[in-house]
Amino acid sequence: MNTDIPAGKKSWFTPFNVVATIIILIGAVITFLRFTKGLGGVTNLSDNNPWGLWIAFDLLCGVALAAGGYCTSAACYVFGLKRYHSAVRPAILTAFLGYSLVVFALSYDVGRPWRLPYPFFVQQGTTSVLFEVGLCVFLYLITLFVEWLPSCLEWLGFRKPRDLIVRATLALTIFGVVLSTMHQSSLGALYLIAPSKLHPLWYSSYLPLFFFISSIAAGLSMVIFEGTLSHYYMHDKMDKTYLSEHDSVVRGFSKGAALVLAGYFLLKVIGIALDDKWDYLLTSYGAWFLLELLGFVALPCFLFAIAVREQKLKLCRWAAVLTVLGIVLNRFNVSWFAFNWQLAPADRYFPSWMEIAISVYVVTIGVLLFRFISTYMPIFYEDPQYREHVPHEGEEEERPEFVEHKLHRHPQTFGH
Amino acid sequence: MERRTFLGLLGAAGLGAALAKPAHAAGHPEFKGYPGSFGVLFDATRCIGCRRCEAGCNKVNELPPPPEPFEDLSVLNKKRRTHWWTYTVVNRYDNISGAAGPVYKKWQCNHCLEPACASACFVRAFSKTPQGAVTWDGTVCVGCRYCMIACPFEIPTFEYRQVLTPRIMKCTLCHPLITSGKLTVPGCVGACPVEALIYGRREDLIQIARKRLCDFPGRYLNHIYGEHEMGGTNWLYLSGVPFAALGMREDLGTLPAPELTSGALAAVPIVAAVWPVLLTGIYAINKRKNAIAQEETAQAVAKAMAQTQAEAEAKLKKAMTKAEADQKAAIQREVKKALEEAAKGPGQEGE
Amino acid sequence: MENQFYTLHDFLVYTKGAAYLLMAVSVLGLLGFWLYITGRDEDTFIK
Repeated sequence: MNTDIPAGKKSWFTPFNVVATIIILIGAVITFLRFTKGLGGVTNLSDNNPWGLWIAFDLLCGVALAAGGYCTSAACYVFGLKRYHSAVRPAILTAFLGYSLVVFALSYDVGRPWRLPYPFFVQQGTTSVLFEVGLCVFLYLITLFVEWLPSCLEWLGFRKPRDLIVRATLALTIFGVVLSTMHQSSLGALYLIAPSKLHPLWYSSYLPLFFFISSIAAGLSMVIFEGTLSHYYMHDKMDKTYLSEHDSVVRGFSKGAALVLAGYFLLKVIGIALDDKWDYLLTSYGAWFLLELLGFVALPCFLFAIAVREQKLKLCRWAAVLTVLGIVLNRFNVSWFAFNWQLAPADRYFPSWMEIAISVYVVTIGVLLFRFISTYMPIFYEDPQYREHVPHEGEEEERPEFVEHKLHRHPQTFGH
Repeated sequence: MERRTFLGLLGAAGLGAALAKPAHAAGHPEFKGYPGSFGVLFDATRCIGCRRCEAGCNKVNELPPPPEPFEDLSVLNKKRRTHWWTYTVVNRYDNISGAAGPVYKKWQCNHCLEPACASACFVRAFSKTPQGAVTWDGTVCVGCRYCMIACPFEIPTFEYRQVLTPRIMKCTLCHPLITSGKLTVPGCVGACPVEALIYGRREDLIQIARKRLCDFPGRYLNHIYGEHEMGGTNWLYLSGVPFAALGMREDLGTLPAPELTSGALAAVPIVAAVWPVLLTGIYAINKRKNAIAQEETAQAVAKAMAQTQAEAEAKLKKAMTKAEADQKAAIQREVKKALEEAAKGPGQEGE
Repeated sequence: MENQFYTLHDFLVYTKGAAYLLMAVSVLGLLGFWLYITGRDEDTFIK
């Protein structure tokens, strides 16, 4: 593939790489502190606030935003929408890295991370929603790993195992959807046990349903978002199929997201009605709830709808960003802002800079791994040796069909 | 049928009916808790806030000495909660309308009949013992702190400064000490100089509490806190002022914690059973739809091809017949010409 | 909305009634919404 770079000089010292390295180094130092001074030496967690940023962001947001994996593979393989095929591998990679990093971040948060396998192998707390979350995440991580493996095997050249796994695609996809439904909803169910601590506008017996539905919107939006970022940074790795299908993915997923967000909005309103919580909307927490519901659910829903109808791809991308932010806001609200709302302001929690740094560090690791894997392995392109269709007469392809272009800003990004 | 068979069937039916247990109310099981389990009754009208219960607890559990000595009552100026070094705290509540002076409340794990911590723990580290205590097992605890999220009374504490062995710390009702015979009553109960705390079987404590409410109606609020809250607790409270004024939540309801999540958990096997069927069905329908579409396309293509073929053949046939006819005509013309030549011939030949 | 509910029954009558109304509105609303979104889709015959 041709890229117009000045001959010989591909500097490693890009701004991104420098910043990323600094973040990794800081993270390494804090890791050392975490495991020499304990959680108390690094976090602002307390007996009143046992769960903080690492649960709110790394666990809850991490899992919700990795939902693109099961959504995309279900769309392609279960619902038979073959035009989304090229979006599956990037989505699965995002999900696989997302879930792996969730487990990685958990090893910082729990008191004895080496005991994380205990609930499954030593003593099962089957009454616990957290047990179900753990079991499903564990099994789903394995599923995602297996779903990602073919791209790795193709890179390494191991044909037979790769073909074996590919034949199991449908089963893996269905298994993935089942597991995802269960753990996405169970993350919401975690808070069912604390009605006295979660603000009534967010506490609902429908929490599991809300978390599940919003995870679909999150997943579809993340595929659009990740696709947009990748377009800008990984364009030279994308083959003709990916590029030609990309717009269809954005359009189709936007349509789906619009409908899911509409349904989610209506379910939340019905949830308020069923528990007669209208009066709470008139409080300051009520205003915050309305901000989340109107500004980050209803608004992106309408933006998606207009964007789909008027065929405005750029609007789709902005709506996707707004949706992702809305999911993050919702998870933060349930686990942090609206949690322990009954405590005095002096007893409320705010993360330490080290907690924030670790969260940034975890995301950075994810981005670096994503970049590495999608650079060397067939994520954005199909390795022609493994392509499903038989090449036509006269097709010589030894290499994937990349579009020749100069390394410049692609017009399909946000504001340009 | 034969009479013997009929009588046999009748007998079996009768036996079945006799053996069948009476159905529970509406098919929903009810659990009364371990009979004869022990608990503590705290009487806020007797407590003088001396903190000797805190000292007693600290001593029998060999907890580290606190920052301020137990005799220092100025700590009561601030509201305290349990922490890893103190399983129980006494708080003072002033200026309560209807109370002559300050009212004191001792707070610690309430040893619920259906503990939220036990329900929440994903390694079953908590147990509700038959003796009444809710105990924590440090050999399996992962330190996830979900129990702290779950406890409506905000009791469990965590050793955040411990790196390798951070423990959940909370009142044990002196269960290990009592069962091993080292104590007969919990450390706090034994230390109380005014019998604000009494230890006994929960059923007895409720009777005692009811008797006090009956004998001294002007002294107490007519409610035993812990009788039904969160499904009932083994630590019971009597007070002369509203419990909310003592920092005790009155909005917890009577639903036991496990019932808060049992609905969501019940949905899990349903999803696991129904989703695969549903999704496979959708896949199959889509596959069939695609197959039919493909077939129809193939048919249409074949038909079109056949039509084109037929048209081509017809054209070819027409052209061939025309060619034949042309050829025949040409031959005839040639023959005619030859004959004409032949007819003219003899006159012109020889020259 | 400020009325006090003395029984679970009364509470449920009120809330379920509101919920049914919202469900009806939702069904109609979602239908209209879906028609709006797919209104300008090109005709796809066999996809």
